[in-house]
Amino acid sequence: MKWGGVVSFYASEHAMRSERVLQRMGVPARLVPGPREISSNCGVAIAFVWEHEPRVVQALNESKIRFEAVHRYDLHDETSFP
Amino acid sequence: MSREIYLDHAATSWPKPDVVLEAIRDFLENAGGNTGRSGHRRSIASSRAVSLARERLTDLLGAESPDNLVFTKNATEALNLAIYGLAVPGARIVTTSLEHNSVMRPLRELERQGRCSVEVVSVDGNSGELDLDEWAALLGAGKPCLAVAIHASNVTGVLLPIPAMAAIAADRGVPFIVDASQTAGYVPFALSGLGASAVAMPGHKGLLGPSGTGLLYLAPGVEVDPLIRGGTGSQSELEVQPDFAPDRYESGTLNAMGIVGLGAAAEHLREAGLDRIHASSTSLGRRLRDALAGTAGITVHGPDDPAGGVGIVSVSIEGVPCATAARLLDDESRIMTRAGLHCAPAAHRSLGTAPEGTLRLSWGLETTEHDIDVAVEALRAIGERGRSGEPLRTVA
Repeated sequence: MKWGGVVSFYASEHAMRSERVLQRMGVPARLVPGPREISSNCGVAIAFVWEHEPRVVQALNESKIRFEAVHRYDLHDETSFP
Repeated sequence: MSREIYLDHAATSWPKPDVVLEAIRDFLENAGGNTGRSGHRRSIASSRAVSLARERLTDLLGAESPDNLVFTKNATEALNLAIYGLAVPGARIVTTSLEHNSVMRPLRELERQGRCSVEVVSVDGNSGELDLDEWAALLGAGKPCLAVAIHASNVTGVLLPIPAMAAIAADRGVPFIVDASQTAGYVPFALSGLGASAVAMPGHKGLLGPSGTGLLYLAPGVEVDPLIRGGTGSQSELEVQPDFAPDRYESGTLNAMGIVGLGAAAEHLREAGLDRIHASSTSLGRRLRDALAGTAGITVHGPDDPAGGVGIVSVSIEGVPCATAARLLDDESRIMTRAGLHCAPAAHRSLGTAPEGTLRLSWGLETTEHDIDVAVEALRAIGERGRSGEPLRTVA
């Protein structure tokens, strides 16, 4: 899978919760090590397919999950967590 | 040999559901990394497991968001976090005569340091009634205040009128801390609907998690200074504490295996249903009270109607010190209870049972009607021996 977007977080708790929320909605999402050039925060980020960006942002807002920022960022599956 | 009968659930629940043991084992085998720290698979697996536990507890307890639940090592730590966080200098702290030392000791320390004054409103330990006008008057006297009350007495099990007390505190703009040590997991209530600013809960009593777990609920908008500061895995470039929950309050490595066990217990309780659990507990309480009612030499403390309390009964036996009664029950009948003051000297003074204390029987999810019947017979027999003046030796 080619991921085109990344959400960064302040707390890893919020990254974990986002992964569950998105997966339950059927939106492809993977936890990835947070790229350093994007954020110095919690260390893990959520990768998603860029075309789903509106749904991802809406889902996180509706779930009241605090996130730092949404980034356009190219990633490939070898950098995601199992 | 007769089977063990564990009637000390108010101290800690036992046994824990199998799913708790399995979850802890699974966590240690298949996760085991440090939560929220490293980026490797075992650290991520730990983070996922702790996050899921927080979500399950949020669902069970009716908090607005998982961010409103802070993991602590017990209810005492949760109470200290809330009390020290919400007691502004010069505040009058209003509390009740049924409090446990986990509330009274932090309050008396603030008083000793000259940082706050403490006012204790008398509560009837049997009925749970208090003078709400007095409560209101003390909370509305034109100075910063903080209110702290126990949800149900750990000595008699009686429930206090928390919704009415919370409404008064809210009306006066006074933060209200509730000690739900004996109600979380036993009484169906939603944290979001309790009207409290903060609610402290142990993970290892009614919530059926392992020891070393506790929770503090902070209502939306309520922020307190953390008790401790340190590493959180987040904002590592900063030498100041993060300002967001839960990291702000959860410095240092979490008791992740305990939390994961607690999360499994929460799911178990959700499936069992807190309404059903409370109804079953009330039924056992009625059976115990009815059986002991009118028994010569045995005084039962607490609410007449068990629906007004939780799964706790305190008794006094004429001619038998409560510590002796507890020892006889354990030695002769393998019935485990707790004697003494239950860390709540003020409550016993209210009941008139200080300094001797009482014999406390507290039941839980696995307690059966037969267990209660066996305990009643054993209590009656001990009462008879006390009244007859028979020496109270025990056979080990």
